[in-house]
Amino acid sequence: MAEASQKIPVTVLTGYLGAGKTTLLNRILSENHGKKYAVIVNEFGEIGIDNDLIIGADEEVFEMNNGCVCCTVRGDLVRIMDGLMKRKGKFDAIIVETTGLADPAPVAQTFFVDEDVQKNARLDAVVTVADAKWLSDRLKDAPEAKNQIAFADVIVLNKTDLVSKPELAEVEARIRGINPYAKLHRTERCQVGLTDVLERGAFDLDRILEIEPDFLEAGDDHDHDHGHHHDHNHHHHDHDHGHGGLKHYHDEDMQSLSLRSEKPLDPTKFMPWLQQLVATEGQKILRSKGILAFTGDDDRYVFQGVHMMLEGDHQRKWKDGEKRESRVVFIGRELPEQAIRDGFEQCITT
Amino acid sequence: MKEFDPGEAPSSIVSITDRVKPLPLGAAVGSVHFLGDRAFFVGAEEGVAIATADGEITRMETHFGAILCAASDGKRLVTGGDDGKLIAIDAKGETSVIATDAKRRWIDNVALHGDGTLAWSAGKTAFVRNPKGEEKTFEVPSTVGGLAFAPKGLRLAIAHYNGVTLWFPNMAANPEFLEWAGSHLAVMFSPDNKFLVTAMHEPAMHGWRLADNRHMRMSGYPGRVRSMSWSVGGKGLATSGADTVIVWPFTSKDGPMGKEPAMLAPMPARVAVVACHPKNDIMAVGYADGTVLMVRLEDGAEILVRRNAGTAVSALGWNAKGTLLAFGTEDGDAGIVEM
Repeated sequence: MAEASQKIPVTVLTGYLGAGKTTLLNRILSENHGKKYAVIVNEFGEIGIDNDLIIGADEEVFEMNNGCVCCTVRGDLVRIMDGLMKRKGKFDAIIVETTGLADPAPVAQTFFVDEDVQKNARLDAVVTVADAKWLSDRLKDAPEAKNQIAFADVIVLNKTDLVSKPELAEVEARIRGINPYAKLHRTERCQVGLTDVLERGAFDLDRILEIEPDFLEAGDDHDHDHGHHHDHNHHHHDHDHGHGGLKHYHDEDMQSLSLRSEKPLDPTKFMPWLQQLVATEGQKILRSKGILAFTGDDDRYVFQGVHMMLEGDHQRKWKDGEKRESRVVFIGRELPEQAIRDGFEQCITT
Repeated sequence: MKEFDPGEAPSSIVSITDRVKPLPLGAAVGSVHFLGDRAFFVGAEEGVAIATADGEITRMETHFGAILCAASDGKRLVTGGDDGKLIAIDAKGETSVIATDAKRRWIDNVALHGDGTLAWSAGKTAFVRNPKGEEKTFEVPSTVGGLAFAPKGLRLAIAHYNGVTLWFPNMAANPEFLEWAGSHLAVMFSPDNKFLVTAMHEPAMHGWRLADNRHMRMSGYPGRVRSMSWSVGGKGLATSGADTVIVWPFTSKDGPMGKEPAMLAPMPARVAVVACHPKNDIMAVGYADGTVLMVRLEDGAEILVRRNAGTAVSALGWNAKGTLLAFGTEDGDAGIVEM
C-alpha cells in the first residue's frame, strides 16, 4: 500500500445551492499553482469550469451490505476513481464537487471503506462554501446545509460583502454553534488562499492537532488566554466553545461535544466504549476525532471517524513536558450528551 | 501433461521462467487478448501493443485517454475509453471507430456476442448494435457495472445497483430483473447458460440459477473479486480476491450451493488475475506481488512462470488453442510463453 504522501489527495467541495462552489472551483483551477487537477462535478457539461480533466458524476449513493445502516458510499465515485487511476501521473490532486443538496458523508465514506480507492487516494478535507447572507436561513429550513457545515474541515464563508458586521457575527456564531472546529475563512467572491483549502490533511491522523488549533481551545475549560475580551454569557452553560466575545448559539439539533481528561484513559475500557458508541449512535455522529493518553502507554493514540467508521493508530511518543491529556470531539445530530459524558468518565483510570 | 508435473519436492517448484519471452511494454497493461497467435495488450491508457510469440512488438494509439474496458471474441478486440470512443481492432491490427458517445461520456463496459453483435454502456445506458448496424438502447436505474451476453440466444445481462437486468434486445418482452441488494459489477453467464454470476462491490460474488432464479451467495473474500474465469467446460469458476484462487464448483445442477470452493495456489500475496486454459484443466494465476503461476485444477500442482517482481499482474490471456500464454503487469512489464 502506498504511503500517505504518495496517495492522491482528494478535496471534497460542498456547499448549498448558490453559495459559490463553482466560483471557488474556478479560482482553484485558474490560479498559477503549476498543478493539474482532476475535477469530478455533479452534472456533466456544467457551464464555466475550465479544466482539462472534468468527469461528470451521477451522485449514486449505495448502501454497503455490511450490516451498518448508515454506511453509504458513492458508487459512481468508486467507478470514476478506478478509471482515473488508469491515468495516474496525469494529475496531482482530485477535487470532488457535490451537488448543493448532497450529504458529504457518502463521499467521505467512499474513501474509508473502498479498498481500491483507499490504496490510491486519500481524503484531504471537506471544504464547505457558505453564503454569508443566506446561510442562517438555510440552517433553519435546509437540513442539507446544516450537514455540510457540521461535516466541514474548512468553511469558506462567502459573500461577506453582502452583509453588515453584526449580520456576519450572527452567521459565524450560528456556524460555530454547529461546528467550532472547522477552519473558517471570510471571503468575497471566494477569494481564499489555495493553501487554506487544499492540502489540509484534515483526515491525516498525524495532523489532527497541527491543523486545528481550535481543537486545543475547545471544550469546557476556559482557563486559556485569548488575549482579548472574553464573555461568559453563553446561552448554554455546559456547551462553551471558547470564542471570546462572540454570540453563542446552541443549534437545536446539531451540536459538537468535547470531552477531556487529564487523567489517563484505560484502553481496555475506552476502545470498546468508543466502538459501541459509534455502532449504536453512529447515525447521529457525523464526525469524531480524538487524541488519547492511555494508561501505561508512552505513545499518543489518535483516532478519527465518520459516522460508524473509525480509524485510529499510535501516533508518536508523548514529548517530555507535554501535557498528557486526552481530548475527544464529536459533531453530530441530537447527541446523547450526558450518556456520552458518563461513558467517557467510566473510561478514566482511577 | 508431463510439463505440469510439480516434481518430487514441493519446495523446488518447476519453473519455466527461462522460456518466457520478455516484452518490455513500458506502460501499464489493462488486459490482454489473443487474435490468432498475436497477443494484443490493452494499455491502461491510450493504446494497444501487439506482440508475437517471438517477442516482436508493434504499438498503436487508439484512445485519447484511459482505456476503461475491452472485450474480444478471438476475431476482433473492442475497447472503450474515457474519450467516449468505442474502437475495434482486427487481427491485422486495423482499427475502426465503432461509436462515439454524443456527450463524450466514459465507455465503461463492452461485451461481444458470437454472432457479431456488440454491447457497450455509458453511465446508465446500455447499447446493443447488431452486425447490420441496427442499434438499440436500454436504460437501467443506476450506472451499469458490467455487461455479458448469454451463450445462447440474444440476451444481455446488465449488472447494476441492486441486481441484474436481463434484456432481450430483439424481443418486445419486458426485461427480467434479478434482484439482490448491493452494487453488482462484473457479470458472467456460465458456459451452459444455466447460471449467472456477478462480482460485487463488496468482497463477495452473487449468483442465480436461471431456471428458478435461486440465489447463490459466494462470500468470504478478503478483497473485491476483480477477475473471474470459467474452467474448460464450465466445471468451475476461478476467482481472484483472496490469497488463494477460489474455484467454485459448477458441475451439479445446484451449482456451488451448499458446497465448499476449492482453494488452490496459496501465496503470501493476493490473487489479482485468473485465466483458465481453453482446453485443459489448467489455469494461469497472476498475483499482486507480480508472481505468475500455472496451476492444475485437479490437484493444485504449480509451475512458476514469473517470479514476484513488485507490482501486480494485471492481465493474463491464452490463445484459443491454448499454446500461448501472455501476461502483463501494472508497471508495463509483460511476457509471452509458448507451451
